[in-house]
Amino acid sequence: MKIPDDLKYTDHDEWVRIEGDVLVVGITDYAQDQLGELVHVELPAVGKQVKAGQAACEVESVKAVAEIFAPADGEIVAVNEILEDAAENINGDPYGSWIYKLKVAAVPGGLLDAAAYRAKLA
Amino acid sequence: MSLRQTPFHARHVASGGRMVAFAGFDMPVQYAGLREEHVATRTGAGLFDVSHMGEVRVRGPRAEDALSWLLSNAIRRLDPGQAQYNAMCNERGGVVDDVFVYRLAADDFLVCVNAANRDKDFAWMRAHDQAGADLEDQGDAWAQLAIQGPKAVAIVDRLVPFDAESVPRHHFRVDTFAGIADCIVARTGYTGEDGFEVFLPVGPGIEAVWDEVLRAGTPEGIVPVGLGARDTLRLEVRNALYGHELTDETSPLQAGLGWIVKLGKPGGFLGAEAVAARKATDPEKLVGMVIEGKRIAREGMPVLLDGERVGTVTSGTFGPSVERAVCLAYVRNDLAVAGRRLTIDVRGREATGVVVDGSFLAQ
Repeated sequence: MKIPDDLKYTDHDEWVRIEGDVLVVGITDYAQDQLGELVHVELPAVGKQVKAGQAACEVESVKAVAEIFAPADGEIVAVNEILEDAAENINGDPYGSWIYKLKVAAVPGGLLDAAAYRAKLA
Repeated sequence: MSLRQTPFHARHVASGGRMVAFAGFDMPVQYAGLREEHVATRTGAGLFDVSHMGEVRVRGPRAEDALSWLLSNAIRRLDPGQAQYNAMCNERGGVVDDVFVYRLAADDFLVCVNAANRDKDFAWMRAHDQAGADLEDQGDAWAQLAIQGPKAVAIVDRLVPFDAESVPRHHFRVDTFAGIADCIVARTGYTGEDGFEVFLPVGPGIEAVWDEVLRAGTPEGIVPVGLGARDTLRLEVRNALYGHELTDETSPLQAGLGWIVKLGKPGGFLGAEAVAARKATDPEKLVGMVIEGKRIAREGMPVLLDGERVGTVTSGTFGPSVERAVCLAYVRNDLAVAGRRLTIDVRGREATGVVVDGSFLAQ
């Protein structure tokens, strides 16, 4: 199970890359493996305001649907439209397949580093 | 409550099966991947452990009378060596269970029941058998494997001492399978593909049959298949699943099972009058819908027409072979027409479903 050291993680198995005041969010290798083959990503609308811990969007596999939670309060400023027709990219490359970018007022402090996330999964 | 294990449990774990609780058993939901297992079954062959299914043995001079009363189909027309799909109905015309009946001899039947209904069915059969057959719950005495797919018959042929291809659909042979004597080797299945379901008497060494089948099917690329793909395979060909399309409240006619309901058979059957009466009163019937776009309808989602609730989804998934989202739903009778477009409320967002006739695979 890949857990890159240069990313942060949430308790809900999202990965987060911090780019200034923008959080780039996707789902972890563990999450995609648990869900199985993804067939649909319900991308959020650009401009949507989300609250920390609230569902920002959904990913759906053949067998299940999973909510992708916002790691902080903020505004969706970009979505990865490639996934609209290629949700399976997340299975093949979960850390290369970002789902949305969230502009935040403050970077949240409670994110896990790779070691902590690895420990959580163990 | 501890989960029960089938005789092949250690094989599933060794094969990387992801185990989940299902009907009180610890069962594999997938191994390599649901889609891969699904496609392998449609194009080659898949091996399924369905030992969790229940079995009721019905024997004695009154066995035929008992089953003809308890079940909806033409039990008396079943010859030894034949299998038949049946509904077991209650007095309200609802479905206690959907079952497969194997006639072993004139006075000897095996009834295969859904795992989740095993205790309910046996109690029901005992309580409502007016004829006085000898009923025995043999759920622990039988393991069951399904070998399904276009290459399945060729694989089974290597494991039995007879010509597997010579067994007609819905017929069976009682013979040795992979070295285990007295197996029921039946040309039946749930996936919409050709193949066999094999009932094996539980005994020492039975777990090795799993390896034998995988070895025999290596040239055809047989793979173990979990419950996840079993569900997508059955849904693509619109086979009903108890607890979803069929319940104690739904009539078999609502569910489109008129072909197994013999309302006029001699002696009738338990629930027949209610089933007949409900033809005029049931407000909904089961339809299949193909979903436009990428959203997936799931069980329990409301079906709408112009904002008004007109039905409910009973099963839904993305069909790996159909390559579209498909679902089954109960909808208002007047809307159960091919081509009818309906809205499905997918967690607050709308998806359009189009009613279709027949298997989703044929669309």
